[in-house]
Amino acid sequence: MSTFLSAASPAPLNRRGFLAATGALTLASALSACGGDSGSGGSSGKAVSQADIDKAMKTPTELTFWTWVPNIDKEVALFQQKYPAIKVKVVNAGQGTPQYTKLRTALKAGSGAPDMVQIEYQAIPTFTITDSLLDLRPYGAAALKDTFVDWTWGQVSGANGEVWAIPQDTGPMGMLYRQDIFDKHGIEVPATWDEFAAAARKLHKADPDVYLTNLAANQVAAWHGLLWQAGAKPYVTSGRSDITISVDDAVSQKLGAFWGGLAKERVIGVEPDFTDSWYAALNKGKYATWITAAWGPVFLSGSAKATAGKWRAAPLPQWDASKPSSGNWGGSTTAVTRSTENPIAAAQFAQFLNSDPAGAKMFATEQFFFPATKALLTDASFVGDAPAFYGGQKVNQVFADISSTVGSPFQWPPFLDQAATDWTETVGKSLADGADTARALGAWQSRLTTYARKQGFTVHA
Amino acid sequence: MVLFLLLFLAPLGYAAYLSLFQERLIGGTAFVGLDNYTQALTDPQFLHGVGRVALFFVIQVPLMLLLALLFALALDSGLLRLAAVIRLGIFVPYAVPSVVASLMWGYLYGPDFGPFAQIARKMSLPVPDFLSDGWMLGSLANIVTWEFVGYNMIILYAALRTIPTELYEAASMDGAGAWRTAWSIKIPALRPALLLTLLFSVIGSFQLFNEPKLLMSIAPDVISSSYTANLYAYTLAFTGQQVNYAATVSFLLGLVIVIASYAVLLTANRRRTP
Repeated sequence: MSTFLSAASPAPLNRRGFLAATGALTLASALSACGGDSGSGGSSGKAVSQADIDKAMKTPTELTFWTWVPNIDKEVALFQQKYPAIKVKVVNAGQGTPQYTKLRTALKAGSGAPDMVQIEYQAIPTFTITDSLLDLRPYGAAALKDTFVDWTWGQVSGANGEVWAIPQDTGPMGMLYRQDIFDKHGIEVPATWDEFAAAARKLHKADPDVYLTNLAANQVAAWHGLLWQAGAKPYVTSGRSDITISVDDAVSQKLGAFWGGLAKERVIGVEPDFTDSWYAALNKGKYATWITAAWGPVFLSGSAKATAGKWRAAPLPQWDASKPSSGNWGGSTTAVTRSTENPIAAAQFAQFLNSDPAGAKMFATEQFFFPATKALLTDASFVGDAPAFYGGQKVNQVFADISSTVGSPFQWPPFLDQAATDWTETVGKSLADGADTARALGAWQSRLTTYARKQGFTVHA
Repeated sequence: MVLFLLLFLAPLGYAAYLSLFQERLIGGTAFVGLDNYTQALTDPQFLHGVGRVALFFVIQVPLMLLLALLFALALDSGLLRLAAVIRLGIFVPYAVPSVVASLMWGYLYGPDFGPFAQIARKMSLPVPDFLSDGWMLGSLANIVTWEFVGYNMIILYAALRTIPTELYEAASMDGAGAWRTAWSIKIPALRPALLLTLLFSVIGSFQLFNEPKLLMSIAPDVISSSYTANLYAYTLAFTGQQVNYAATVSFLLGLVIVIASYAVLLTANRRRTP
């Protein structure tokens, strides 16, 4: 039980608050003018000269970097070796949403925001809509385009070609499965979703304590990844205030019928993931597969030690086996905040950290991140790794191959947190309750549309 | 006085001020007067949240205070062996952060690998689904009771220790037994302390947040983001970026708490002066 009011009140004397207070007595127009915060100041599209960059990188500077990556000091040290004048202070402000909440508060308060920040692909539009990120093009970021896997560059690019962040790691989706359980029940690795559904029914019938998989009713990221695989375009933004929301279209309905159907038949699990109970389930063989992403193999080998040697990796089952495709779940980037006082040094840091070959490789070997650079995905020392947990299978190679099938460009909404909460309370709830998922998709669509309209967007269906 | 102004009235005033505006992702901030309030008063999510914590209050608080009273009386009677150990044992859960408590109970409640489920299965009994829609409020009440019974017990116990022993001597001279003493002397003397614990519980119940917030991760289909009014305010502010509406909801929740506390005081006073 904690009080809420104190947490909700940012410092009362930020610029916007002050202007709003002074303007309150005059006119509403004055308020909307100061609240509108158009993208004045900061950088326009003008390129920074090499001389400016050289000068900035030799000027003693202190930068702050918010990141949750464990032991990232090693990679940061490489940067400081090259640019001894720049000191980087690494701060762990929480992982994912907690960090974004702090960042948003700091940005609003006008002080305390970092220069560089770890940010997941799906969260980028949430911060560009508030003009919080720096376009990195003037600092030479565009030159890095071919260093990174094509679809990742699409994720960090803005509508007008802006480069909002530099990719760090990725999560192309695949399937981990229990070879021993498959063997015991004579199940082939499903190549299509139809085969997958048949296997789910067969397995659960053969052994009521075992399910082919678990689709967590709280994991909107997995749902988005599966939409991505199916070629859906749930959110399309054009301009600043126009958004097309189609989370209830034909592709979504196809997914809804498929997963909702399996959940209703109770031949798959729907329990929330990353909980004690879920870890125990993976350790004790309740689930025969885990639909996951490229970061899954290392994660699983740490959390389901009891099952070492029994797991293998395969691509996702397909909707159309002749055109293999996958989606992405997870992975993150380094962005620079617009409020930084040292844009050149901060931008150079973001670029160096993720594109320097030694540093990028270190992410793969030290943090076991799945790489975002093309070079590493063909590097024999990376893809040749054959961990015993997967019976000596070259798991990285499997996911490197999957990475090249992550196709269709996928856009995120500028209000992802709301979309996620609404998904859990509509679609996720229908899966958990074995209720009508098709109808839940409609409810998700209408909740999001209402929200977006309230926030001032022009919504197209 | 300065501290009071700074720490209490200033944030309150700021929240009230915020609640008169609407800030949108597109289009900036606009003065909307009392629009947020009219919206909140007909907002089913807010009203359900308040209703749910009110129900929680009505069921959980009497149970918890009754338990606390029984424990305090038992300890005070001097009949228990190892009284100091028992007193500490009942109080210790209060020292456990509610985050840890919720995680721990979340594990115990687990329908697959939780110990209750496993014992039930071993004995071929139906497994109670503590995390289902029907059980959830009870499961939450159990956690909160477990956490706060010791705290309330200590307050009541301390109050019991201040009762002059002459009263007990007089009572025993009149031939009163332990139960009679408890009923006629101890409990009436505890009235102010009971009122205090009751007031704390009113505030605590209506602000219910940590426990549902944490169980949400293991029962997302049961605990929605507006399960309690406080949780709703949090969701509005940090998920939906609707800071102004969140301020409105918080302000109204504060008002509900003031009214509920006042009602409790009023009933208690009326009883004292018949």
